[in-house]
Amino acid sequence: MTYTFGPKISSSEITPHEIYLSRRHFMGSALATGAALAASSALSATSPVALSFSQNAIPKPSDTVTDRALATTYNNFYEFGTSKSDPARNAGKFTIKPWTVEIGGEVAKPKIVGIEELFKFDLEERIYRLRCVEAWSMVIPWIGFPLSKLLAQVEPTSKARYVKFTTASKPDEMPGLSYRVLDWPYTEGLRLDEAMHPLTLLTLGMYGEVLPNQNGAPVRIVVPWKYGFKSAKSIVRIDLVTDEPKTAWNSAAPNEYGFNSNVNPAVDHPRWSQKRERRLPGFFANHDTELFNGYGEQVASLYSGIDLAKFY
Amino acid sequence: MSATTSSSFFKLPLSLIGVIKPLFFCFLLLPSLLISYAIIFDPLMLGANPAEAILHHTGDWVIYSLLLTLAVTPVRRVTKWNDAIKLRRMLGLFSFYYVSLHFLTYLGFDRLFDLSDMAREIAKRPFILVGFLAFLLMIPLAVTSTRGWVLRIGGKTWARLHKLIYAIAVLGIVHYWWLVKRDIFWPLLLGLVLAVLLVCRLFLFLRSAPRQRGARASS
Repeated sequence: MTYTFGPKISSSEITPHEIYLSRRHFMGSALATGAALAASSALSATSPVALSFSQNAIPKPSDTVTDRALATTYNNFYEFGTSKSDPARNAGKFTIKPWTVEIGGEVAKPKIVGIEELFKFDLEERIYRLRCVEAWSMVIPWIGFPLSKLLAQVEPTSKARYVKFTTASKPDEMPGLSYRVLDWPYTEGLRLDEAMHPLTLLTLGMYGEVLPNQNGAPVRIVVPWKYGFKSAKSIVRIDLVTDEPKTAWNSAAPNEYGFNSNVNPAVDHPRWSQKRERRLPGFFANHDTELFNGYGEQVASLYSGIDLAKFY
Repeated sequence: MSATTSSSFFKLPLSLIGVIKPLFFCFLLLPSLLISYAIIFDPLMLGANPAEAILHHTGDWVIYSLLLTLAVTPVRRVTKWNDAIKLRRMLGLFSFYYVSLHFLTYLGFDRLFDLSDMAREIAKRPFILVGFLAFLLMIPLAVTSTRGWVLRIGGKTWARLHKLIYAIAVLGIVHYWWLVKRDIFWPLLLGLVLAVLLVCRLFLFLRSAPRQRGARASS
């Protein structure tokens, strides 16, 4: 923790929620008409183009979207440094063009997907709550499509039971890699049924635009009922595997970070309580944490009969 | 304004301690002023998680001011600048000031001023227990920091009581070490500084002890 006064966010950078919403509506309608026109140019991953998407959000009435300026300056992305302000500071020179995602393992049709190809899927906006294992939360409008659509293309075999995600590892562009806080490259994993769940989003954008580098550009996953670290960023490989894959945080501290890591107020982190959370940028940790981050209706059936305290 | 008052005004701050002490005072007060300013006018100055930033900044300054306090004696011995001792109480009280703010931030923002909730958490989390213990141990030192208390309990007892600062500093570093997720760089660095300061003391003690013993025997 260096002594800085955090990333300075001037109040002018923060878009009032109403304006943010109206801008989004504007972009929505503008893009509806211009979709055909933009069809080819919108594939460019680096220009901060507004993405074309349909809305498919399941927020709660109490969920106010977190300001973009906060969600893009307070990040855990250790490849760019362990301080929350490091990713926004250090991710600028990260090159995301060209970018491919290699999909292999227990699949009938392994393939290497160019990032342009991913942008051709029907994109949806999903406003999800993001609950970090550190007991803070945000509400973020992601843009992407269900991972299941991509996995269906490679045809997982009957041996495929887990999905392993591998994050990019470019030492020249990711200063955090020189410091072995975790086993690089960063890996994460899901059970196949979790990966195929419609809420699991292969994510290409947020706040109406392509992902900023510090948020996992150009492609990441978002698994809203699990703690944030399960949602791997800047993905270069997706492997379908038979055995539970080794994952970065679980390997680093298995007693603190389980493979499942479902949001659960009843199971404390050994060093802090998970009962409540701080909805940023609020001062008080007065938000009750919900089982499965409030997505129980959609995902609880995945865990019926499983002791969530034992398999945390 | 007469000529005599203005000339005495210019004579006033000429001692080194008279300059350095106010400088240290302002320097150590500044972080808390900035934090207060941020809370009142612009919390996002502190980033997206202002409460956590306040908790971390106040915690950092507890350790910085503790290390400064512990540096007074070695600096005094090495430089032979005896006035350095006049900084020690102020530095120590600054560490108590920041630990109080640190504790209040935790009690308020994290535990919502719920004392029983806080008690449960302290019992469950070793790193919080260690930090809380350090805070408790600092209270008698802050209370007895005045000249009146030195006279009341006697210089020897007072000095023995204030040796608690060694335990407090170690507990503070352990608290920091146990709280970080993976990156132990800062607790390690500050721990090394503390270790150097403690070794300095041991060295000074070993060198001066026989002489003191001899002096005491002859008196």
